[in-house]
Amino acid sequence: MAAFAVLVALAALMLPAVAAADAPSSMRTTLNEIEEEVMCPVCGTLLGLAESPQATREKAFVEKLIKEGKTKSQIKDALVAQYGDAVLAEPNGSGFSISAYVVPIVAFIVAAILLAAAVWKWRRSSGGPDDHLPAVEGPSAEDRRRLDEDLGRYDL
Amino acid sequence: MRIRSIIAILVAVAIVALLVFGLISKGNSRLAVGAAAPSPTLPKLDEPGSGSLKEYRGKWVLVNFWASWCIPCRDEAPALEQFQQEHGGKTFTVVGIDTQDISDDGTKFAHEYDISYPLLHDGNGDNGHEFGTTGVPENYLLEPNGRLAWAVAGPVDARILREQVTPFLPPKSKES
Repeated sequence: MAAFAVLVALAALMLPAVAAADAPSSMRTTLNEIEEEVMCPVCGTLLGLAESPQATREKAFVEKLIKEGKTKSQIKDALVAQYGDAVLAEPNGSGFSISAYVVPIVAFIVAAILLAAAVWKWRRSSGGPDDHLPAVEGPSAEDRRRLDEDLGRYDL
Repeated sequence: MRIRSIIAILVAVAIVALLVFGLISKGNSRLAVGAAAPSPTLPKLDEPGSGSLKEYRGKWVLVNFWASWCIPCRDEAPALEQFQQEHGGKTFTVVGIDTQDISDDGTKFAHEYDISYPLLHDGNGDNGHEFGTTGVPENYLLEPNGRLAWAVAGPVDARILREQVTPFLPPKSKES
């Protein structure tokens, strides 16, 4: 039960980190920052790694918006308006996309519960470590007398 | 033992389901001749409002998937506009779908090549995926009932349009 509680606590600690990663930014940004957080939809890679003609136009679009003084979140919203949600490297935390964050955590918790239940059941069904050994009786009175005689012959 | 078997079966089913989901989401196969073409509502590229291929039912439609960043698309644009000028009317039209492109770039492209046929904007490329496109440009000829009659992956030119598309179209005398 203690181990299970630790696992649940670890999963709960992951949630704030996920929420912080998607926290909107109102600060000025750079092309490099945006490139690390959006995709080239045609290439299927991060924009920063893409070299296609479409990626070139997408970068030019981002640079134009940066020059206009748009914030990172405004630029990402503009890219989503052009290319759809798939342009974001990380799913946004709303609607169906939130499942990308929730499903792994839920799966982890369910797996931990199943594992704990399986271990508990196994330990109950197998019992104590010596349950399967036959009971051993101590030496008889005659055997004790003979043992004492043998031990008496040695100067221990 | 029974619970372990159930867990093992559930894990196997989950793995198979994930594999199937991955295969399905990877993309559709190309639209087959005779199949009904998808016709979602898309924003118009060069004017306000939205449009759909359904609006052109009753006409032959040459659906041209293109993008402003696509060099072969620039090569074929004059031929498509010329074809529209020669055959466009009551029985035929070209419809251009600007896919995975910045709408301003698409609009500039349309002005640069004096494109007169209807243009729609498919920013996320989903409509193209439903046709089974794997890139741009690609061209699909739809019958008046919306079913696919002919398709080619890659650019078209005046010769391809004359030899492969024109035979499908009704004679121009029938338009009057």
